[in-house]
Amino acid sequence: MTFRKTTLLAALLSATALSAQAADFRFALESDPDILDPDQSRTFVGRIVYTALCDKLVDITPDLEIVPQLATEWSWNDEGTALTMTLREGVTFHDGTPFDAEAVAANIERSQTMEESRRKSEVASITGTEVLGPHQIRIDLAQPDATLLAQLADRAGMMVSPTAAAEAGADFGLAPVCSGPYKFEERVAQDKIVLSKFAEYWNAGEFHFDTVTYLPIPDSTVRLANLQSGDVDAINRLAATDVAQVRNDPSLKVEEAVSLGYQGITFNIGNGERGDNPWGNDARLRKALELAIDRNAINQVVFEGTAPAGNQAFPPNSPWYDTSLPVPERDVEAAKALLAEAGYENGIDLEVQAPNTPVNLQLMQVIQSMAAEAGINISITSKEFATMLSDQTAGDFTASQVGWSGRVDPDGNIHQFMTTDAGLNDAKYSNEEVDRLLDEARVTTDMAARKESYDAAAKILNEDKPIIYLYHETWIWALDDAIEGFVPYPDGMFRLAGVTKSE
Amino acid sequence: MLSFVARRIVIAIPTVILISIFVFGLQKLLPGDPILAMAGEERDPETIAFLREKYRMNDPVWVQYATWIKGVVTGNLGISLRTNQPVTELIAQKLPVTIQLALMALVFALVIGIPAGILSAVKKGTITDYVANVVALSGLSIPNFWLGIMLILLVAVKWQALPASGYVPPGEDLWLSLKTMLMPAFVLGTALAATLMRHTRSAMLGVLKSDYVRTARAKGLAERRVILRHAFRNALTPIVTLTALLFGELIAGAVLTEQIFTIPGFGKLVVDAVFNRDYAVVQGIVLVTAMGFIVMNILADAAYFVLNPRLRKQ
Amino acid sequence: MMAQPATPATLKPQLMTDPVLQKRPENRVWKKFRSHRSAMLGGLLVGLFVLMAVFAPILPIPDPTATDWGAVRQAPSAAHWLGTDEIGRDVLSRLVWGAQASLLAGVISVGIAVAFGVPMGILAGYFGGWTDGIISRCTEALLAVPFLILAIALAAFLGPSLTNAMIAIGLSATPVFVRLTRGQVISVKAEDFVEGAHAIGLSTPKILSRYIFPNILPPVLVQATLTIATAIIAEASLSFLGLGQQPPAPSWGSMLNTAKNFLSQAPWMAMWPGIAIFLVVLGFNLLGDGLRDALDPREH
Repeated sequence: MTFRKTTLLAALLSATALSAQAADFRFALESDPDILDPDQSRTFVGRIVYTALCDKLVDITPDLEIVPQLATEWSWNDEGTALTMTLREGVTFHDGTPFDAEAVAANIERSQTMEESRRKSEVASITGTEVLGPHQIRIDLAQPDATLLAQLADRAGMMVSPTAAAEAGADFGLAPVCSGPYKFEERVAQDKIVLSKFAEYWNAGEFHFDTVTYLPIPDSTVRLANLQSGDVDAINRLAATDVAQVRNDPSLKVEEAVSLGYQGITFNIGNGERGDNPWGNDARLRKALELAIDRNAINQVVFEGTAPAGNQAFPPNSPWYDTSLPVPERDVEAAKALLAEAGYENGIDLEVQAPNTPVNLQLMQVIQSMAAEAGINISITSKEFATMLSDQTAGDFTASQVGWSGRVDPDGNIHQFMTTDAGLNDAKYSNEEVDRLLDEARVTTDMAARKESYDAAAKILNEDKPIIYLYHETWIWALDDAIEGFVPYPDGMFRLAGVTKSE
Repeated sequence: MLSFVARRIVIAIPTVILISIFVFGLQKLLPGDPILAMAGEERDPETIAFLREKYRMNDPVWVQYATWIKGVVTGNLGISLRTNQPVTELIAQKLPVTIQLALMALVFALVIGIPAGILSAVKKGTITDYVANVVALSGLSIPNFWLGIMLILLVAVKWQALPASGYVPPGEDLWLSLKTMLMPAFVLGTALAATLMRHTRSAMLGVLKSDYVRTARAKGLAERRVILRHAFRNALTPIVTLTALLFGELIAGAVLTEQIFTIPGFGKLVVDAVFNRDYAVVQGIVLVTAMGFIVMNILADAAYFVLNPRLRKQ
Repeated sequence: MMAQPATPATLKPQLMTDPVLQKRPENRVWKKFRSHRSAMLGGLLVGLFVLMAVFAPILPIPDPTATDWGAVRQAPSAAHWLGTDEIGRDVLSRLVWGAQASLLAGVISVGIAVAFGVPMGILAGYFGGWTDGIISRCTEALLAVPFLILAIALAAFLGPSLTNAMIAIGLSATPVFVRLTRGQVISVKAEDFVEGAHAIGLSTPKILSRYIFPNILPPVLVQATLTIATAIIAEASLSFLGLGQQPPAPSWGSMLNTAKNFLSQAPWMAMWPGIAIFLVVLGFNLLGDGLRDALDPREH
């Protein structure tokens, strides 16, 4: 009898809960995430799913400050080589495994040593961990690493259940077990990922939906149509050209945040034989091309004013942006003069490879017609992204229209691209001074000193121009008007804390 | 009959082997490094080296092929490079979706195509025949991806009458499932309806000229009865055969339709896999589709055999 | 792509030894073709697009690649009859120039398919034996792989460009011609006059050129016309997936690929190229149908 009463009561309670809050939150993504294992995954959309599924040691604020999540406080030793973290108590993973210092140690080890791990470079500075108590851990480094906390605020800091991870091994991603506000229910590839509320979550009161469903819908028009018809509650990556229309619709609203990443044209400076070409050898040509481009017109024509012009690895609104190097105005005459100086007064050809997506091609065609006025005859070679990537790594390109999704710490936007032999330095650009400055900025914890290093490097890069930075994308979300409490973050993540749906 | 089917299966074996070699070879030829694509933005060289080893990309091509075939024979098509899901599981997930789409398109095509074909044959040379023919040819000439886009724009965006995309399993909500699939099935079914109409017409024309129908008419049977009972029943044989053949083609035709309507079926899976260089998935799906096609062909021949009494006697 | 008006099955050997046809085929066929109203309509449509493609350079239309950022995505007006596209180019002019890409894609890819398919079909059909075995098994294997998937994979392998799309489509369409030709050759070979030719010791090349070739030509011609229609749609599909014509050169498929991002703001961008594809494909289909009827001895 008592038992019955309790079940009835529970049923009643959950029924009220249901009516009080919208049961399901449906969110449309622009593509299907890859494997759902924080240590193995690599897609941007995958990270969006993790915001609900997997808690991290630390999180960021919209202003990119590091704030507690699973670690409640932390401190550095004086040398900056040991990070001691105090962990939140009473936290469990979705499978009931308690979250403690041992779990953190296991997670760091997994990121570092699992063969399939894509996080190795992000936690490379860690030499070991020391469990100081059930909820205290020390992370030891060989040398100071200014980027570590930012890494721990992303996939490298996501905590997976050590029990589940040990059991599933590399197949963990088929049924991920983390400690986030929602737990994994099911996934149908290219169709949906369903998460359900984790009742024992430490901050469960902030999460107002019973289930969350992520739906990959690649076509932006179709994504919007789904929002308009009420089939989804919010969509990721609204097309810039649709912003005006959504703003005019009283049942919808738009949220935006300038991204941390950049888009630009990377030149082959010294990657294989093809690096030995006029464009790779003569910075004056690259400067001429930059002068031929009207970045503000690009912003207006292609992005309806949503993509601020940029000329550095960080967007102009970033504290790391060097304000002494403003975005140059278009100057066709100066561009022609530079070409003449370099010996190409009758014009010059340039082959640029670009991904075969409509927006990238639209961008390149605009640049093509701008460059033509200065005597630069651009031919566009569109490639599938997979092909473009391997051609770029192999040095089979002259110039490549690519971008970077951006990282919280400035190091992530520049070090691996611009230092000699770094992993993503497809230009094979190499400058000792830049190497020194960027290495220094990495191990300095003093913000002002770091800024100085980045500014000095920015000035050299502005002269050498291995990459012509063009613009910074803006994350644009469209939401049903009933959705309240969403806070846009520059990392482009859709965080569900505090988000509600009014009926 | 049985020996006939058995013979067809024996002939199909070398074809299937050829397909497997072909599919595998094509994969190896595709530019773009799948491992690089899956190593992530960071592209850690150590990880790349490990993944190459794990997916046996360093083995000689024939060893890779042998490994794959060994798996195929034991029912293991490998795992997706992208999501780690077993390819067999992906196929089991996607096949019902595409079959539902194809069946709905087929029903649509049969309902429109066969009556139109009969009508057109009976009224041969009249304006009805002419119009039906032009309409059918138009159905064949519309690029179905364009038709899909236009329908989404009109029906889903402007009128908001039907969902613009997606898939709902019939077991979850039958009505919604049918509603969601209606537009894609229409798009996929147009060309098919046209083909069916044309074939029904020509089959009917052939039968209507035959002595058999002439006799039926001479007996004074009502024209309606002659056409439906006698003529159509005889014309049915080639139509059934064709339908079986077309069903295989329907699955193939779903490629673009699924892309447009974001339907998580076979076609979308294979196109995305080509673009992501998810080799195991492409290989598995093309192999399964091709084998399905061959099976449908054998079934079509068997149906022809069964429906055609003269052949059976031989 | 999925359903061709004439699957080879419907093009069973039809005009092997028609004596009348052998004597003066042109007049009869032409007369019959002319009386075929829908075929004439098809010819007219195709002719119109051919004229458009040929005279594109001298028509009084703007440069199809000239951009105008002050006039992006403008609705049809007196200045731009069909509106402008996402970077201010004249849609009418791109449509006219796009006819070149589409027609070329259709004709050249079918040319490739015929050039490979017919000789192989003759080889298989005429010599039989293991030659036939190998060619037929390969053809069956290729036919079992869905046409568009094959074309997509080939186009991805060759890299996106109009030329590569044509090659990909051409190769994907080859098996159809192999099978058609083979069947045709086998039935012609069994005819008395060919056996007679053998008996009087005519050489193989002579038999091929004098008897076999003229007899397989009509069905190949019909199939080729119909396959051009299929190929044009296939090119548009590949361009639509980003695997065809390279920017800024116009093609109807790539125009649609861009247009689908602006459906609600600029529906005209998607409308015209679709209509153009539809009309030219309809034209080829009508033409092919007409040709078939005109060349079909059964209907005399």
